[in-house]
Amino acid sequence: MAGAIRDPQSWLARFERVPIDADSRAATGHWGPLKDADRSLKDGVSVRGLVKSYGAVRALAGVDLDAAPGTVLGLLGPNGAGKTTIVRILTTLLKPDGGTARVAGLDVVKDAARLRERIGLAGQYAAVDENLTGLENLTMVGRLYGEPRAKAKQRGQELLERFELLDAARRPTKTYSGGMRRRLDLAAALVARPPVLFLDEPTTGLDPRSRLQLWETIERLVADGTTVLLTTQNLDEADRLASEIVVIDHGRVLAGGTPDELKDRVGGERLEVRLVDAAAGEVAVGALASMTDETPDVVGDLLTAGVRRRDGAIVDAVRRLDQAGVGIEDVVLRRPTLDDVFLALTGHAAEEDDGEAPA
Amino acid sequence: MRRLVTDTLVIAERNLVRLPRAPELLLAFTVQPIMFVLLFRYVFGGAIKTPGFSYADFLIPGIIVQNIAFGGFVTALGLNEDLHKGLIDRFRSLPMARSAVLAGRTLADVVTNALSAAILVVTGLLIGFSFHTSFAHAVAGFALLLLFGYAFSWVFAFLGMLVSSAEAANSVGFIVVFPLTFISSAFVPVRSMPEVLRAFAEVNPFTITVNAMRSLWLGAPANDNVWGAVAWSLAIIAVFAPFAVARYRRAAGG
Repeated sequence: MAGAIRDPQSWLARFERVPIDADSRAATGHWGPLKDADRSLKDGVSVRGLVKSYGAVRALAGVDLDAAPGTVLGLLGPNGAGKTTIVRILTTLLKPDGGTARVAGLDVVKDAARLRERIGLAGQYAAVDENLTGLENLTMVGRLYGEPRAKAKQRGQELLERFELLDAARRPTKTYSGGMRRRLDLAAALVARPPVLFLDEPTTGLDPRSRLQLWETIERLVADGTTVLLTTQNLDEADRLASEIVVIDHGRVLAGGTPDELKDRVGGERLEVRLVDAAAGEVAVGALASMTDETPDVVGDLLTAGVRRRDGAIVDAVRRLDQAGVGIEDVVLRRPTLDDVFLALTGHAAEEDDGEAPA
Repeated sequence: MRRLVTDTLVIAERNLVRLPRAPELLLAFTVQPIMFVLLFRYVFGGAIKTPGFSYADFLIPGIIVQNIAFGGFVTALGLNEDLHKGLIDRFRSLPMARSAVLAGRTLADVVTNALSAAILVVTGLLIGFSFHTSFAHAVAGFALLLLFGYAFSWVFAFLGMLVSSAEAANSVGFIVVFPLTFISSAFVPVRSMPEVLRAFAEVNPFTITVNAMRSLWLGAPANDNVWGAVAWSLAIIAVFAPFAVARYRRAAGG
């Protein structure tokens, strides 16, 4: 599968909005949501050249990203790609070794104390006290923001109502379901009405229904103007929520753009042909070679290839294969999913380890 | 500074509110020490000679000191849990005073220690213990107890940040700290021990604190033990509080 990209360098070059080095990045301006680059970054996120190492392990090797106010930026990448490290730096939990990061107009290192009043964090674990009730948890967080008890409690009630947890308000959270805990965790992140919200894999481990509920909640927040930076391994999640996606692996940004842009750049439509006889694979590849962007990939009796044009592709493919005498079970044309993007971007490094991606 | 005080109180309150909802911890504070008092008093008590005191009088200051030292164990377990469940990350992302998490935790221990000391004194009074000194001395004894317990809360706070899991904290607590409390004058006169143990027991801060308690509550000769116990407690705080705070910053990734 990963073999679909024979030449990662030229393949990557197709992401014309992804600058290859810092200089061209500066020259082309930002990619990401900053088509409206002059829009105020006051309540957005802006990261340049972020570097962080843990001992000899380089977690971040110069990361740039932007989230415009009121949008969702999705950080997509496998485990250990550096997503959580980015979130920890942006939420002041970790100091970067180099680079700059501004959140809500504040520097994450120099203005850390003031920044903490303007961000919310919901992490990978539902960070709530299991032996406190839902209301006690939210009241505690409110008081730690410096609110008096009565006000903190009132805000807690409001949030519980909004997150449909009012019935469980006075129960210790250890009796909550996984979905309820995550909702409470998200509520805790919203106590101070932060303009910027960080969600680190917010739906990992949730059942589909709870996941859907959480997605709807996040969508409402964004509709109200909150900026969200979301890390996820779930491509449906990124597809549904994120207006911009940044793909990260080995502490580097591999690509960025809207979900549609990313899908387009994987090679447009993908042609899938199921052959009658797997042995005819090579002949089929030869027959289709001139209509595809890259050498078609054959796994068993399934041939896949990116095609340049949708119109007439199936007819063209069937005619060519027929002329070559290749029997066909089935032919489909499908739009690439983020899975294809993800695999194409992160897979080559892992499976065709021919050195680092162009730096 | 005002922020530190209010945040510390919020965290302390949190740790106290949750206590009755963790029944296993509550048992550790109440039933378990009572059980130990009864076991020592009635199983070993008859066989242990304590010249100058009845065994009930001898035992109660000793067992209270041991118990108070272990009161901070909740801090080790609790901090470790907070760390693993992401609560420490949440706290650190809030605009709260940085040291309030540890200060609130150890402050909550003072309250639970006071509670468990009171339970033990009442149990002691029921099995034949009595105060032989003035009211002021008795109160001074309580104050010393709480100070000593507070010092050990910092030891356990450090331990809780150091070890990888609650189970590991348990092991270290019971393999290292528990024997230390026994090689002391808490349960038997040190004179009955083999020479090497005795030499250790005589300089053990537990012995010094237990002896101080016996002089404050029973009128035993003080021999500087009271000041020695205060000095030990302050020294332990001076060493372990900065360690715990440094460890907190590191463990939390800062």
